[in-house]
Formats: sequence, structure tokens, C-alpha cells
Amino acid sequence: MEVTGTWYLVLAAMLFTIGAVGLLIRRNPLVMFMCVELMLNAVNLTFVTFARMLDDVGGQSVVFFVLVIAAVEVVVGLAIIVAIMRRRPGATADDIALLKG
Amino acid sequence: MIAAGLSNLGVLAQIAEFTPLDTPEVQWAALLPLLILAGGGVVLLTVSSLVKAMAAPGVNAAATVLVGLASIIACVPVWQRVQDPERGPFTAVGGVIGIDGFSILATGLIAASVILAALLLDDYLRREDIDGVEMYALLLLSASGGVIMASANDLIVMFLGLEALSIAIYVMAAMHRRRIESQEAGFKYFIVGAFSSAFFLYGIAMVYGATGSTNLVEIATFLANNLLLRNGVLMLGMALLLVGFGFKVSAVPFQGWTPDVYQGAPTPVTAFMASAVKVAAFAGLIRVFYLALGTYSLDWKPAIYALAVLSMIIGATFAVVQTDVKRMMAYSSISHAGFVLVAVQAGTEKGVTAAIFYLTSYVFMVAGSFGVISLVGRRGDAAHSLDDYRGLSRSRPGLALAFTVFLLAQAGVPLTSGFVAKFNVIAAAVDARSFWLALIAMLASVIAAVLYLKIIVAMYLTGDDAEADDSVAGPKVSIPLPAAAAIGIAIVATLAIGVLPGYLFEVAGDAVPVLIALP
Repeated sequence: MEVTGTWYLVLAAMLFTIGAVGLLIRRNPLVMFMCVELMLNAVNLTFVTFARMLDDVGGQSVVFFVLVIAAVEVVVGLAIIVAIMRRRPGATADDIALLKG
Repeated sequence: MIAAGLSNLGVLAQIAEFTPLDTPEVQWAALLPLLILAGGGVVLLTVSSLVKAMAAPGVNAAATVLVGLASIIACVPVWQRVQDPERGPFTAVGGVIGIDGFSILATGLIAASVILAALLLDDYLRREDIDGVEMYALLLLSASGGVIMASANDLIVMFLGLEALSIAIYVMAAMHRRRIESQEAGFKYFIVGAFSSAFFLYGIAMVYGATGSTNLVEIATFLANNLLLRNGVLMLGMALLLVGFGFKVSAVPFQGWTPDVYQGAPTPVTAFMASAVKVAAFAGLIRVFYLALGTYSLDWKPAIYALAVLSMIIGATFAVVQTDVKRMMAYSSISHAGFVLVAVQAGTEKGVTAAIFYLTSYVFMVAGSFGVISLVGRRGDAAHSLDDYRGLSRSRPGLALAFTVFLLAQAGVPLTSGFVAKFNVIAAAVDARSFWLALIAMLASVIAAVLYLKIIVAMYLTGDDAEADDSVAGPKVSIPLPAAAAIGIAIVATLAIGVLPGYLFEVAGDAVPVLIALP
């Protein structure tokens, strides 16, 4: 059985869905955070696959930009989570719900 | 030895004969407004950390205002060059940045909201004991991200701009260290923002897969010349891009975060979020959908139609039942996003002109409104319920009058910018034969008017007419000079656009975005 580009696209779509669903149902801020990374890396896989299918180097270079953005998001996101955890150790996303109405 | 050295030289000479790496032309002069904002942020941060004198109250804010002004001034020659019929719009940095009237006007608007936010921040930060340079540096860096987003001619560059804009704002929203609500707002904005940018990026990947490029011009050319028999990937890409933009402009059903984040973030930051982020996000939306995907407008128009209807109606209705003024304004901003979407949905030049006009008026209305709210919030940034506004007309008649002007403008009362803006939007919708949408827009502005009247009534009528006149003394609000200046600028702009809309209408007409290919 030949493994074509479509397989990778489907795999990426599945990873993206897992990430998106995980972000919506998990309550631990760190796990939610990992789900975001999963989504971004699923997109990276899509870009590389398309780049190979189209025989175009542009899609591969995009991945580097996305990796940098993902790293920047990690820094800022962790800083915010640490700031919250200092005040309220062990807080889950359900605890972070003062604002409503 | 010498022979070896000579042969080395020969190799070097051979290498030197190769043509140098082909680097794209950058057009530094045209990027000046952007470079001033980004460079200003970095320089301000560095200088302020090294020079003690910068810690004096007001210096950082004044520097930020100057950087914003310099950026606006730098826009003028670029605007003239673009409007010169012989030269026209052009690209920079190898075709990934498009310099047209649209991007320059968006740059000017974002720089204006930087100025307003900096003026509001000055007293706020000292009042809350969190004074420092960080907020101003982040403000400028975030604005430069917004400018990149608004002038991007390539989807990846737009993504980078979007992230630069958002990541700085996540931090700004969470900046108030002693208010747990502020951190909560930062966290929520961060999670939702990261979620939505993942969707946006996945949309870019799909469009890339379908068209073979991320450049807006190449996408448009490809779609114009090729008929896609199986366009599922492109449709999916368009849908995902729309979801990403929907979150950023806070259109229903992607609006869930807006009230919480607007309420929790420090109020001057909310003013910046509501003005600059909306401008940048709508600029990106118009560039992608109107320019690059224009040939598929029959496919995206119904989706934007639905988003517009939902945003206008749900935003206005939910706003009326709130008791917190910041949340009211958040829902009203959702409703305003719906109005801009009505103009975008028209998909015509007239529609885009109306959208630009609306965004320009909206920047000043909303920054002024949140300016007043930030003053009434007082120390602790907590007095935001409708009750805190009772009797404001007695204790601070000027402030109450200013807020009334902004609220009437948001409601769309004649002689204010809001009226002309709403009129243009509805005219564009009628022109594009979307009669029902125009009707719904009028209905939504009636519902929203109830909301604005509620706040005005709270300020002027203290409720108990039977009791003595001074039964409600009204909140004791101090009005620092910079914040008063910001509110003053916003009022002048709101009234000037309302009384003399012709000038702005001409500018907006010149600012309709165009596709610019590499020369």
C-alpha cells in the first residue's frame, strides 16, 4: 500500500482535531496549552505535505516562522499561567471564572 | 606556501564572480511609519531602562505620544506618493507588504489609537501603582504588529503581524498584577487568541494547498485563471480563515471571550484593544476576502451575511441586559463589528469605503468611551457598574457630557460620526441589494440605542425625583490632564466627522485597497 500525501493531510487533520477538542474539554491550563501546540504543529505537517505535493519550497519555509511564533507563544503563555498560579496554586480553567454575566 | 595562497585567492576571485544573493527591494522610505512604531518601542524600552530621568512621571507616556505622532506624520508623504496618479500603490520587501491608501490609513488609525491609549495610560498606571515603561513599549510593538497585519500582501506575513499584535496584548491585558480579574482576562484572551490563530493558520495552509501560494496577488491571479473542479480544500481554507478573523473582530458566534476580556483588562488597554485590534483585524479581513478571494465572493458572502446578522442582533440584545458598563461596551463593540461586516458583505468598492469610514469613526468613539470609563473606574479600576454612574452629571458635568456625545455617536444620532458611518453602511448594503440585511441593521441600531440611553439616563437622572436635588452627590472623579486631552481629541474627531463627513468620505474612497503585483 502506497503512502500518499493525502495520508499525511488526514493525519494532520486528526491531530488538529485532537488539539482543538482537547483545548475545549481539558481544564488544566498547562494541558490546554499543549493542545495549542498540537494544533500549530498539525498545521506545520499540513504545510510540509502541501509543499511536497506542489513541489514548492515556500510551504516548508513557512514552518520556520510558525515554529518561532509557537515558541513566542509558549513564553508569554507560561508567564501568564505562572502569574496566576502564584496567586492561586493549582487553579484549573474552571477556577479562573470570576468574570461572567 | 605562496603558491597555495595564490590559488586560494584564485578560488576567492572565482567565488566573487558569482552573482550576489538576490535580495528583494525593501523600500525603506515607505516602511517608515511602521519602522518608527517598532523602533520606537524597542528604543523606548532600552533608553528607559538605562536612563534614570525617564522614570519621572509622564516621560514615557510623552515619548510614546511623540512616537505615535511621528508615525502619523511619516504617513503623509507615503500617502501623497500613493495617491499620485503617476506613481500609485506599490509593494515593499519583495511583494509581501502592499503599500496602498488602505494600509496607510490603517497605519494612521492604529498610531492614533496608540496616542489615545498612551494618554489614558499615563495617569492610570500611577493611580494603580504599576507605572513603568513596559506597558508603553508593548503598546508600540503591538501597534507595529497591527500595521504589518493591515499592510500584509502575503498570508504568512499577515499571520506574523497578527501574532505580534496579539501576543503583546495578552501581556498588556494581564499587566495589572494586583487585580486577579486582569490576569484572568489575560489568560482567557491568550487561550482564545492562540486557538483562533491556529484556525487562521490552518486556513492559510488550506488556501496554500489549493492555490499553491500564500501571496494574495498570486492567489487572486490563480483563482481568476483557473477553474477549480474540486474546490473542497479552498472552501475549507476560506471557512477556517473566516473563523480566525471572526474571533479577532469578535463576531458572533466567536464572541464569547470579548465581554470577559474587555471587563478584566486595564481600561486603557481595553480602549486600545477595541480600537486598534478591530482596525487591524478588519483590514486583514478586507484584504483577504475582498482582494484575494474576490472571485469566490458568492461563496463567502452568505457566511459573512450570517455573522453580520448574528453579531448585530445578539450584540445589541445582550448589551441591554448588562449592569456593568464595561461589559455593555464590550457587547456594543460586538454589535459594531456586525455593522462593519454588513459593509464588507456588500463586496463592492462602496461597501469597503463604508467599512473604512465606519472603522475610522469607531476608533475615536470607542477610545473616548473607554477613556471616560477608565476615569470613572477610579483607583482600583473597579467602579464600573451602572450605579457608579448615577449623578455623574452633577459631580462632573463635563465628563458626563463627553460620555453622552460618545454614546450618542455609537447610537448613530445625526451630527455625530456614528450617524454618517451607519448611514454609509446601510446605503452600501442597499446598493448591493441586501435589503433584508439593511433592515436588520436598522433594527439592531434601534435595540442598541436603548442601551446607550440607559447609561445616559443613569448619568443625568438620579432616579429619585421626589427627594432633594442633592440626594445623589455623584462619584468624585478626578480628571487628569492627559486623559482629558485624549477624550478631547476623541470628541473633536467624532463631531468633526459628523458635521463634515465629506473629507473623510473622500479619504476613505481613496483608501480602497488594491491588488499590487511585483513590478
